[in-house]
Amino acid sequence: MVTKLVIGLDGHGSGERALAYAQKMAELIGNTELLVVYVLEWSPYSFQTPEENAERHKRREEEISTAMQRVVDPAVEKLKNAGLTARGIVRHGDVARTINAISEEEEAEQIIVCRSSEGGLSQRIFGSATSHLVMSASVPVTVVG
Amino acid sequence: MKKIQILLLSIWATAGFTSIAYAQEASTLDAKVNAVFASVTGPFVSLIFAPFPGTSFPWIVMWLVVAASIFTIYFGVVQFRFFGHAISLVKGDYSDPNDAGEVSHFQALATALSGTVGLGNIAGVAVAVGIGGPGATFWMILAGLMGMASKFTECTLGVKYRNEYEDGTVSGGPMYYISKGFKELGLPGGKALAVVFSVFCILGALGGGNMFQANQAHAQISGIFGDYPGWITGVIFAAVVFAVIVGGIKSIAQVTEKVVPFMGILYVGAALIILLVNYDKIGWAFGQIFSGAFTGLGVAGGFVGALIQGFKRAAFSNEAGVGSAAIAHSAVRTKEPITEGVVSLLEPFIDTVVICTMTALVITISGQLIADPVSGHFVLNEAGTAIKTIGDTSGVSLTSAAFGSTISWFPYVLAIAVVLFAFSTMISWSYYGLKSWTYLFGEGKAKELTFKIIFCIFVVIGAAANLGPVIDFSDAAIFAMAVVNIFCLYFLMKLVKKELNSYSSRLLSGEIKKFKG
Repeated sequence: MVTKLVIGLDGHGSGERALAYAQKMAELIGNTELLVVYVLEWSPYSFQTPEENAERHKRREEEISTAMQRVVDPAVEKLKNAGLTARGIVRHGDVARTINAISEEEEAEQIIVCRSSEGGLSQRIFGSATSHLVMSASVPVTVVG
Repeated sequence: MKKIQILLLSIWATAGFTSIAYAQEASTLDAKVNAVFASVTGPFVSLIFAPFPGTSFPWIVMWLVVAASIFTIYFGVVQFRFFGHAISLVKGDYSDPNDAGEVSHFQALATALSGTVGLGNIAGVAVAVGIGGPGATFWMILAGLMGMASKFTECTLGVKYRNEYEDGTVSGGPMYYISKGFKELGLPGGKALAVVFSVFCILGALGGGNMFQANQAHAQISGIFGDYPGWITGVIFAAVVFAVIVGGIKSIAQVTEKVVPFMGILYVGAALIILLVNYDKIGWAFGQIFSGAFTGLGVAGGFVGALIQGFKRAAFSNEAGVGSAAIAHSAVRTKEPITEGVVSLLEPFIDTVVICTMTALVITISGQLIADPVSGHFVLNEAGTAIKTIGDTSGVSLTSAAFGSTISWFPYVLAIAVVLFAFSTMISWSYYGLKSWTYLFGEGKAKELTFKIIFCIFVVIGAAANLGPVIDFSDAAIFAMAVVNIFCLYFLMKLVKKELNSYSSRLLSGEIKKFKG
């Protein structure tokens, strides 16, 4: 049976550590599929002008392809070069909820994320996606420091 | 097509140059703008509001009421059967997570609402209650409830027949569903009707979506800071609108779009507080609304006056049957056009049944309308055109006085709300007008810029003119859109019925599933 591991990236350098750890785990477990996930923060309850709505589909496609090219594809490539099975997923939504939803859909065994790279005031006010994930995930979460 | 273009441009150029020429005599500018404007638009207004021969009942009001009733019956009271489903759709219960990032039902509804919730709810209702008495509210609510079916019909078609371009952007609205739908049904004249609709939509965008907003925003600001020439407000407004629609300064529009919903909530909240404070008068106010609806209680034009005002202002406020919302809703990339129609039926409910009713109740309870202490009937003003009010207020200043009688500082908040509502409605309508303009003349930077500049000139004219001619022209232009739109909806409604039947059977069989909840 294939063991699926979800790796949540945040587009910052710290994601490398999560990737390195996932690679190590995959090598230890053996038959694994690594899912590299990047979530674009987005809310269906925001307010937009008619013009923004008309262009939304176009923007969405652009956002997804940019995220794929800059963040997800290089990571997947790296894992594949190491001889592992890997796949990239980019989705819009709330970061913690979306990573958890993907893990459930894919029946993943574990979620691997790095410690939130955002710090200071914004984290104090809004909290961090990582801590939300740890609090709400329905599969085990490994936070790489 | 070329001829229409030249004709329209010459009318607008004349209006524009006239206003520029008069700018040299600033002191009398407002009066002159007003006189020129009233004489230019007079014949158009008279045609739209022509009464049935031998009566005082405008045919256009009957047109809207009959249409809303027919759609309500034809779709088997869809507005009540699918009300709960509409809320589930807005909550995202049926949204596929794989489509996350596209325009959500909530966003489409919020965008369309920010185009309709505005001065119609604040000033328009005050006009209705001022002329037609509290009884006008009853007819307004009824028109709102039935208008939900009209809105459902047009928004479903808006999504079904929109244009999707290769770059991923969309354009939709009555002009697209009229031409494509008629072609599909093998009916002639679709293209011509779409062109006529577009011309009226441009006029509506310049009237109700622009001049009326600028006019009432000025009335509100000058009510607080003292009287000053309207063109000053107009120029400031025009500059900000110009910055957004021509300069592409999205941050202003984004801030407005975010603040407007909160202003809406604040407005309803304040109205609820006033109702709670005066809870003992709520029963009396409803009594006035119901009895006034059928007896008139001495208002201008009697019970027919109340009915006409109620229906007119409801249509002006929620725009059901007008076709504007179909332009806003068509941006949603749903697999089922019917879902967008179902969501859109919440719009007249929120706009008219909830918000307009709040305004009407506050005005009635506030005692701003002067009644004869003996008979209990309302006293008319000297001209006999409206109910006498304390301080002779009308339109937005009547609403302001009504709120101010309980919450003394609220007129300041209301002034900010009015300015923001006016602004967001202008931004929405500039888009509706632009879509019609590009439908007529084709896409292109220079063509779009021409319309946007005309739009800004009309902001100045609207702020400088008097309420009477502006409100008449705004109503006439918006109702002219409804004439074409509803005429076409009668032919196209069977296409909606087919969609609705297929959707409801799949919903019942469980083929359409909830993703959450």
